Amino acid sequence: MVTVADLHKVFKGTIEALRGVDLAVRPGEVVVIIGPSGSGKSTLLRCLNFLEIPTRGRIVIDSVEVTDPKTDLNAVRREVGMVFQAFNLFPHLRALENITLAQIKVRKRSPEEARQVGMRLLTKVGIPEKAGAYPGQLSGGQQQRVAIARALAMNPKVMLFDEPTSALDPEMVGEVLDVMKALARDGMTMIIVSHEMGFAREAADRICFMDEGRILEEGPPEHFFRSPTHERTKQFLSKIL
Amino acid sequence: MDFRLSIFVEVFPLLLGGAWVTLYITVVSIAIGIAGGLILGVMRVSRFAPVRGAATAYTELIRGTPLLMQLIVLYYALPSVGINLPALAAGITGLAANSAAYVGEIFRAGIQSVERGQVEAARAVGLTHMQTMRYVVLPQAFRLVLPPLTNEFVTMLKDSSLVSTLAIAELLRVGREVVAWKVNVFSPFAGVTLLYLAMTLPLTKLARYLERRIDPERRVAGHLS
Repeated sequence: MVTVADLHKVFKGTIEALRGVDLAVRPGEVVVIIGPSGSGKSTLLRCLNFLEIPTRGRIVIDSVEVTDPKTDLNAVRREVGMVFQAFNLFPHLRALENITLAQIKVRKRSPEEARQVGMRLLTKVGIPEKAGAYPGQLSGGQQQRVAIARALAMNPKVMLFDEPTSALDPEMVGEVLDVMKALARDGMTMIIVSHEMGFAREAADRICFMDEGRILEEGPPEHFFRSPTHERTKQFLSKIL
Repeated sequence: MDFRLSIFVEVFPLLLGGAWVTLYITVVSIAIGIAGGLILGVMRVSRFAPVRGAATAYTELIRGTPLLMQLIVLYYALPSVGINLPALAAGITGLAANSAAYVGEIFRAGIQSVERGQVEAARAVGLTHMQTMRYVVLPQAFRLVLPPLTNEFVTMLKDSSLVSTLAIAELLRVGREVVAWKVNVFSPFAGVTLLYLAMTLPLTKLARYLERRIDPERRVAGHLS
């Protein structure tokens, strides 16, 4: 579903955020990327839908080569859903309108159809009663669930989550992770940058540990947490577990 | 001090007519200025350097030269190249071209103060650059630019007095004519002053109210939308 080969990203000509990342994600797979801050996790995710333009390397999503200059980036982006740490809901639109905007403008659905899809997704994330609320009237957890619904409304083939619970108060982390677990059970292909180790252990098919712009080690969670091989991985895990 | 109430009362209706012309010129100019400023503001944040450059050059040209000079060029110099604008058209063109430059800067600042994450979220769901501007960035920027836009309106209202040099019978021009006619300075100008204040003070108050409304400290969630 997603193939990344030898991906490099250099910021301002000097800062090497990614130094050769290789990653292959199968359809329906849930991959959790962990690692210290500054290790390139978010940059990798942002390169996948070209919010950052990779310096070098290849990205193929659903057999479309994203890194091919001829590829229409807007076409790629609508197949890739993204959920941000800061939610980034549109504050001037109601929750439901946040979900219908791109459906109508990008997917060219009728407003009525978009509304139905929106309400179905708001029900799925557990807050259909908040359809008419503005983001400023919602809690962080509710905002993030609306943001997930907004991404899902485009029927993406892959969902990217960039530290989706890091900006949340602790009591709201669970409600967002529950939505993500349900998505994983439905077979959504997901790539998640997260510090939630409990969630990673439970929901991930695979864990990737990134350090200094590379994937240093990867494996299924039970193996990854029990017997990490790299010294850096062990250090990192000993600090956060 | 040569103020005489009888003259004041006698000429006030004339001044009121001048105030209407002032208001008319200002409203028409700022309406065109806002449309032009919107285009300039979007151009100034374009990814394409020539587009940015063109907008910047225009803005610097307008802001770097006196409005009075621009008006004189439009009215007195353009006929020599075969363009004859009537006085009112020249006045409105000058004021509109001028306000477009200033309003463009206001919009640029507004656009740039919309959080980066908003653009990313819009692009991530597949909206194009123009759709992102139209449906996500500009609606948020509009709210931020309302107070400075109102202030710009006040500035335009006062600057419109410069078109009196083009023999347009706006408030200041009418005032000066009445002074010459009645050989009395203070009575007409008391009226001119009052009429300018009657137009600018409510607007200044409105700007202050709008400023308070977007102050995040005082904002009630969702209240603005």
